[in-house]
Amino acid sequence: MNRLKVWVASSTSYLAAAAIAMAASVPDAIRTLKAIGPEGRGNAEAAGAWQELSNADARQLTVILAGMDGADDLALNWLRTAVDVVATRQLSMGGKLPIEALEKYIKDTRHHPRSRRLAYELVQRGDSQVAQQMLPGMLDDPSTELRRDAVQQVVDDAAGLRRSGRTNDAVSRFQTALKSARDVDQVEAIAKQLKELGHQVRLPSVFGWLTTWKVVGPFDSTGGTGFEKVYPPETGVDLKAEYDGQSGKVRWQDLQAKGDYGLVDFNAPFGSLKGAAGYAYHEFYSDQARPAELRLGCKNAWKIWVNGQFLFGRDEYHRGMEIDQYRLNAQLKSGRNTILVKLCQNEQKEDWTKEWEFQLRVTDALGTPIRSAKR
Amino acid sequence: MKRILGGLWGAGLGLLSLHAADWPQFRGPNGNGVAQEPGPPSKLEAGHIRWATDLPGRGLSSPIVIGDRVFVTCSSGPKQEQLHVICFNAADGSKRWERRFWATGRTMCHEKTCVAAPSPASDGRRIFAIFSSNDLVGLDLDGNLLWLRGLTRDYPNASNSLGMSSSLTVAEGVLIAMLENDSESFTAGVDVRTGTNLWKLARPKMANWTSPVVLKTAGQPTVVVLQSGQGISAVEPATGRVVWEYTDGASTIPSATPSEGVLYVPSHGVTALQPGPVGQSPKQLWRSPQLRPSTSSPVVLQGRVFTLNDAGVLTCGSADDGNRLWQLRLKGPFSSTPVACGHLMFCVNEKGLLQVVDISAPEGAVASELDLGNTVLSTPSIAGDALYVRSDAKLWKLSKS
Repeated sequence: MNRLKVWVASSTSYLAAAAIAMAASVPDAIRTLKAIGPEGRGNAEAAGAWQELSNADARQLTVILAGMDGADDLALNWLRTAVDVVATRQLSMGGKLPIEALEKYIKDTRHHPRSRRLAYELVQRGDSQVAQQMLPGMLDDPSTELRRDAVQQVVDDAAGLRRSGRTNDAVSRFQTALKSARDVDQVEAIAKQLKELGHQVRLPSVFGWLTTWKVVGPFDSTGGTGFEKVYPPETGVDLKAEYDGQSGKVRWQDLQAKGDYGLVDFNAPFGSLKGAAGYAYHEFYSDQARPAELRLGCKNAWKIWVNGQFLFGRDEYHRGMEIDQYRLNAQLKSGRNTILVKLCQNEQKEDWTKEWEFQLRVTDALGTPIRSAKR
Repeated sequence: MKRILGGLWGAGLGLLSLHAADWPQFRGPNGNGVAQEPGPPSKLEAGHIRWATDLPGRGLSSPIVIGDRVFVTCSSGPKQEQLHVICFNAADGSKRWERRFWATGRTMCHEKTCVAAPSPASDGRRIFAIFSSNDLVGLDLDGNLLWLRGLTRDYPNASNSLGMSSSLTVAEGVLIAMLENDSESFTAGVDVRTGTNLWKLARPKMANWTSPVVLKTAGQPTVVVLQSGQGISAVEPATGRVVWEYTDGASTIPSATPSEGVLYVPSHGVTALQPGPVGQSPKQLWRSPQLRPSTSSPVVLQGRVFTLNDAGVLTCGSADDGNRLWQLRLKGPFSSTPVACGHLMFCVNEKGLLQVVDISAPEGAVASELDLGNTVLSTPSIAGDALYVRSDAKLWKLSKS
């Protein structure tokens, strides 16, 4: 009997010590995963850290989730898979997930949006009723994924009201959903329902396209050379200047974006040219210094500068275009910000290569349009 | 040099770990769609569906099979930003594990393809998965995460707005990842143990949906064949050094097919190339404009070359000279490549109609048809006596027993 007591006592001590050691190793493992560098540097160490994390007790789930705060995309994936392994093991062994702790975690919107979404999915797996009850409060959530589900719940509700003939209530609910929707497919679906109910939605305003532009061109880009060639607007925009263009002198002129999708169509002012380049310029006024995203859709080769700083460029032609195709991080300063877009057209002859256009909006990380303070 | 030796060391282990009945990559162990016998039965009917299991998302990628496990990749969510690698038990279709990732690169694709278009590959000990978002993942067979790469993070312009689709292959212990496109175009040799680059080769700036294949020719070093609109570059797996080139152009959709040391290239119809001594250009054995692959890659089986066009015309030519022998109209349209075993070819059209073609009949004959009732754009896989087919929603196992 005494031997049994000793064994139990020593085993308990061992397990407790192991749990403490594991708990201590979780922050270290998280740090290792967040230290991964480019081109796979740190992967070997990360594999060991991931093993540590994936062996953690389910009570550590919120600690691992919180490790996602400040993590980059790769570290998020390392941490996500560890969370999945810990939770799946706990459930498969008949254990319970720490629902209350997860619920509290989700409500703290300071945490990384993706970690909160992941926590929500754990709550769904552990207690779907609790998850369902949380959703209505997430209509304006900083997580696009949580917000999407909350918006969909309102859309479904509105559709039900419409089916039962309560048109005014349906319109009101659809309008509520539209205000919170950020995903393009949801915005379009809600706008369609409202239109059918006699309420036109001004999509350019909802999406927040930049619609007023100064453009100059065409410049030569035969053989695709214009993409790399530095034409005068790239070294400084002077709206009164005259430049040597592809076939004579060219000057800045006004161009208004067209349609629901804010297309800035270079074919309109320059003619349907091939092997040509042009520039579009916009002055955007921000009421504060802030980070922002420039969200671009374009099927031509392009480059973008904000306040004279090169952001990104891409030399792909006619492979497709969609809203928010490219999301570029930028820093806006308080007051006037300049946005310069270079757009190149290649020399393909097919019908589907005629377009020479782009669409651009300035948003926050969630996709909420940031409006220019001066329009 | 150390890194190269490391890769070769991994090669030895990897090769030892693969079994004859495994299907470790797109178009099988030899990258030509041909399986060892016994293979699935010729008269396939509903009773041969051993199991069917739901998948959480879309995929054009082929299932791969290692031992008693089947691995599938999927993409899901409104923008296909959820990436899945799933392991099923081959015996009953039950899920062993699933790993989910968020896409770190662009997910825009043409509507006909999806983010889970490229097929995964295995060296027998590990699973490697890549997605159109350029997320590249290394896992062991039990789903333990070994390494992760976000190749768009490292190379931000390596993408295609229509979608990337080049499948992975493993050659002599080196993972080959083709990221060829109009902009930042390259192929990389990746260390299977750590996911780091062993080499990175600049490639033609041109959209490319073909997959790399491994070419083994008696008396010659094994090479990895990279196909592009310009033609073929054969490279050393360990270093990425170009060993020989064929520069007369090639398709950017169907991939070349290796068989018994000869490479059948979708170029001017089909062009058969035989590598010569090291440093010399390959010998062109024949060229046949009569064989016209579309989306499906050629299949070489029992001394004959088969091409299947999008509409469903299966053309049989002689592997000796490329001359057309016969044509058989199947029910199309087709996006997937047929797989084969013995004298049977298994062809699944886009509507999910599985057609088994008996090539031993004088002008080929459809031996059986089975309607799976789902859109299928993915190339099937064969392991042992089983055929695995996946759609955007389901994975099926069909076999005798």
